[in-house]
Amino acid sequence: MVPFAGWSMPIQYAGVIQEHLAVRDGVGLFDVSHMGEIDLKGEGARALLQNIFTNDVGKMGDGSILYTLMCTGEGGIVDDLLVHRFAEDHYFLCVNASNTEKDFRWIKDRAGSFEVEISDISLKTAQLALQGKHAEALLQPLCDVSLEDLRYYHFKKGKIHNNDCIISRTGYTGEDGFEIYTGWGQAEPLFRRLLDAGRAWALKPVGLAARDTLRLEMGYALYGNDISDATGPLEAGLGWVVKPGKGEFIGRAAIAREKESGPARKLVGLALLERGVPRPHYRILQDGEPVGELTSGTFSPSLNKGIALGYVPRELAAPGTRLDVEIRNQPVAVEVVTTPFLPSRVKK
Amino acid sequence: MEFPKDLKYTMEHEWIRVNNGRGVVGITTFAQDQLGDVVFVELPKMDAQLSQGGTFGVVESVKTVSDLFAPASGRVTAVNKNLETQPELINADPHGKGWIIEIELSDPKELDKLMDADQYAKQCENEQ
Repeated sequence: MVPFAGWSMPIQYAGVIQEHLAVRDGVGLFDVSHMGEIDLKGEGARALLQNIFTNDVGKMGDGSILYTLMCTGEGGIVDDLLVHRFAEDHYFLCVNASNTEKDFRWIKDRAGSFEVEISDISLKTAQLALQGKHAEALLQPLCDVSLEDLRYYHFKKGKIHNNDCIISRTGYTGEDGFEIYTGWGQAEPLFRRLLDAGRAWALKPVGLAARDTLRLEMGYALYGNDISDATGPLEAGLGWVVKPGKGEFIGRAAIAREKESGPARKLVGLALLERGVPRPHYRILQDGEPVGELTSGTFSPSLNKGIALGYVPRELAAPGTRLDVEIRNQPVAVEVVTTPFLPSRVKK
Repeated sequence: MEFPKDLKYTMEHEWIRVNNGRGVVGITTFAQDQLGDVVFVELPKMDAQLSQGGTFGVVESVKTVSDLFAPASGRVTAVNKNLETQPELINADPHGKGWIIEIELSDPKELDKLMDADQYAKQCENEQ
C-alpha cells in the first residue's frame, strides 16, 4: 500500500508484470475508488459544461460518455476527465483524484449565472474497473442489463449482485472492459463478488503500478505527469478533444493562438533501442545536448522494453527520429514512435 | 522468509557467500520482494575494483531504481551474464541463480562488519 493523492492505494497485489499480463491476456479487476466524481443537475448544467470544457457536450445523447479537457483562459489544462450524460439537465464527471477539490472549486466558481446544483460525490461513490477481453463474459451473468449492446463510451444503469451501479464501457488500459460506479459501502462486497466470479476466468486483482504500465503502453496521458496547467492541449496531442466550432469556451482564444503558431514542442512516444528503464524527468538528448524531458517512462511488460512519453521540439517529433535518453549520465538510444505502443483492443 | 545461515548480510540487503577467498554476491529474498519484478540489472565490468560499501551496479524493478553496494572490497572475477536477458532470476532465485557478481576479497577481515543470518532477519523484521 502506498499513499496517493491522499488515499492509501494498493501498488501491487501479486506482482506488477503478472497483473499487467492478466489484463492484456484475460481480465483484471482494479479498485479505483480514489477517482473523483462530481454531479451536476439543473437547467443550466449543459451550458455551464459547454463553457468550461473544450469538447462538445452539446452533441451528447443520454447514456453517452465524452472525454474532454477543462482549460484555463491561457489554454493550460486544469484536468482531463470523463463526462457522463444522464439527461440534458443531469451529468456526472469522473475526474483525477488529485484534482477533485481543485476541479470542484473551479466549476463552482464559474457556475455563477447558470442554474445548476453541483455536488462533489467522491466520498459516496466507489469505482471498480474490470478490464480485459473476458470482462463482458464475466460480468454479464452478474448484472441485469445487457452488455452486448453497450457500446464504447456509453453507460447503463443496472444492478450487479442487487446493488445499483453505473456500468460504463470505458477504461484506462486499451482493452475492452467496464468501469463500474457504485455506492461507497458496496465497493468491498462487489470487489469480492467479482473476484469470486472471476476465478473461472483467472481474473487477477490489479494495483496502481500495473494501471500505470497499461495506460502508458496506450500512450494515454496522465495528469500531473504528461499534462498540467503548464501544458496546452495541442502540444500534448489532445487537439482532437478541442472543438472551437461549438462556440465560446474558456481557453478557446488561447488554444486558437497555439494552433496558429503551431506548438513549439510535442508530446511523443519514445521506445528504447537498448536495454534500460526510462523514468519521468530523465533528459532527452540530441547529440549530447538536452532537447526535452521525459514525463512518463517505464518498462513495458507487453513489449519487453523501455517506453516513455516526453516533450521534444516539434522538428524532432516525427516518428523514426533517433534521440537519446540520459540514464545515470549515459546516453541510451531511443526512437520516436507513434502511440499507442501496441494496438488498442477497445470495443469500438 | 529465507535467511540462509551460510551467508553474510549488509544493511542494504546484499548477501555474500565466501569460499576460498572469493565471495559470490547477490540481493536477498527480502530485497527482491520489496523491489517487485526486476526488469534490468546494470553489472560492473570484469576486474573492476570494488570497495566495501561502494556502489557496484544498479537493479531496476518496474517501479524503482536501487543501487547495489559491495559487501566487501575486491576485484570482480565473474558477473552473472544471464541477468542481462533474464533479470527475473533475481526474483525467482535470489540466493542461487540470481547471483550478481563474484569478487576476489582483498581484505577478508572486512566480513566481520557484516551481519549473520539472525541479525539480518531482525533488521528485516524492523523494516517491515
